[in-house]
Amino acid sequence: MTFNTFLRHLREGAKNIFRNGWMSVASIVSIIVSLFILGVFILLVLNVNAIADKADKQVQIRAYLNLNVDQKLRETVQKEIAAMPEVSKIDFISKEQGLEDFRKSMGDEGKELLEGFDKDNNPLPDAFKIEVYEPTTVPFVSKKIEALNASHADQQPIMKVKYGKGTIETLFKVTRMVRNIGFIFVAGLAVMSMFLISNTIRVTILARRREIGIMKLVGATNTFIRWPFFVEGTLIGLIGSIITVAILFAGYSRLAATVGSDFTLQMSLLPVSDLWQWGGLLIVLGVLIGMWGTTLSIRKFLKV
Amino acid sequence: MIEMQDVWKTYPNGTHALQGVSVKIDRNEFVYVVGPSGAGKSTFMKLIYREEVPTKGQISVNGFNIGKLKQRKIPYVRRNIGVIFQDFRLLPKLTAYENVAFAMEVIETPKRQMKKRVMEVLDLVGLKAKANRQPAQLSGGEQQRIAIARAIVNNPSVIIADEPTGNLDPETSWGIMQLLDEINFRGTTIVMATHNKDIVNTMRKRVIAIEHGNIVRDQLRGEYGYDF
Repeated sequence: MTFNTFLRHLREGAKNIFRNGWMSVASIVSIIVSLFILGVFILLVLNVNAIADKADKQVQIRAYLNLNVDQKLRETVQKEIAAMPEVSKIDFISKEQGLEDFRKSMGDEGKELLEGFDKDNNPLPDAFKIEVYEPTTVPFVSKKIEALNASHADQQPIMKVKYGKGTIETLFKVTRMVRNIGFIFVAGLAVMSMFLISNTIRVTILARRREIGIMKLVGATNTFIRWPFFVEGTLIGLIGSIITVAILFAGYSRLAATVGSDFTLQMSLLPVSDLWQWGGLLIVLGVLIGMWGTTLSIRKFLKV
Repeated sequence: MIEMQDVWKTYPNGTHALQGVSVKIDRNEFVYVVGPSGAGKSTFMKLIYREEVPTKGQISVNGFNIGKLKQRKIPYVRRNIGVIFQDFRLLPKLTAYENVAFAMEVIETPKRQMKKRVMEVLDLVGLKAKANRQPAQLSGGEQQRIAIARAIVNNPSVIIADEPTGNLDPETSWGIMQLLDEINFRGTTIVMATHNKDIVNTMRKRVIAIEHGNIVRDQLRGEYGYDF
């Protein structure tokens, strides 16, 4: 193939999109619809994953100490907890620190509520903040910490161990389920959209079967016939996926802005800047679908 | 040029379209192929441009053994054969110019040369002024002229015309015939299947009559010989 012929194929492929008018529109729309649904699902799964990851990381154990615990005993207990193999980190939070943190987390609304509490009048106990390597070990580690009271039987240093019991167990179950179902769904949708698109392309090529026959009578080789179709399919995939990604990103960033500015929701979506590679993936997918669809559908008409 | 030796063609449905046809057509001949519908005329034509493969026998066109041709060699043989049909078979979305140019793009003709040659043949068929029209914007006769222009643009050694005037009124048909005669005069072999009695009897050429899959008559400057 000469370079001029190659340019000719590119030109013809691009022109064919306009020559085939509504057929091209139908193919592009079917790519948009499939990729859009796929994209929405990917965004959903990604966000659920992010929330689940965040929840996983936030799982901490708080061990509150009894008021009679002195510094020496406190350090012994801290060492004992830190020595547990499951524990990744332990921080001591004095009651002053605790009050300060509490104030911060309450924000402006909490200011009045917490007035009157200060250094000399602090209702909070001293505490340890404990993080573990594996969130699922939280209930087990909590029990082990509670059991420390037995080894210091006379002093009973631990007042209470807290970790959102129950809620954590259900959260794990739900996030695991959402993740699995989400991935199955995304995989299923990807396959489905491929079939939908290849079908549309097949219909458009069926309409052009006669044209392919004529080209062959004039002495065109299969490669010569195939190239413009291939270029056309690729361009249709590219156009369709770029439009889809543009719609998805525009919609998503508006949604993210709305959710992010609403304090009562206490959550935020993944920032758009984290999602570019997924947009790229959708475009690559669209192009591949376009190429694959044409190559597959044209093959059987070439045997004239 | 074109030579058939004891050629048989049986279709998968059991029709014996050709039964032992032998014929020789020389360079620069003009041949009418006549006969009733279903006698095997179309099969005869299709075998020449390798739309069909003979069940038995040998066909050679321009020195190629058509029956034994490899699938991927077919396009190269067809480039030396111009085909013209009753239903024109133009590419509907291309302009007249682009339709003719397509045949030259296929053989990768350099652009400047292509432009010159396409305009030359469009001029020859008298449609230079309508080069940018699409087939739908042209009359039947004009479409057939474009098809002829496409068939001759690469200077093929032979033109196969399957009822080229079948869809045209008598006056337009004569225009097409004059064009084909002119092309033949310039040195191209023409094999034309037809049902047009007037044309065959007026523009006298070699006539091959096919009936029931056999050649029943082969005359130089022959007559149509049927009453329909």
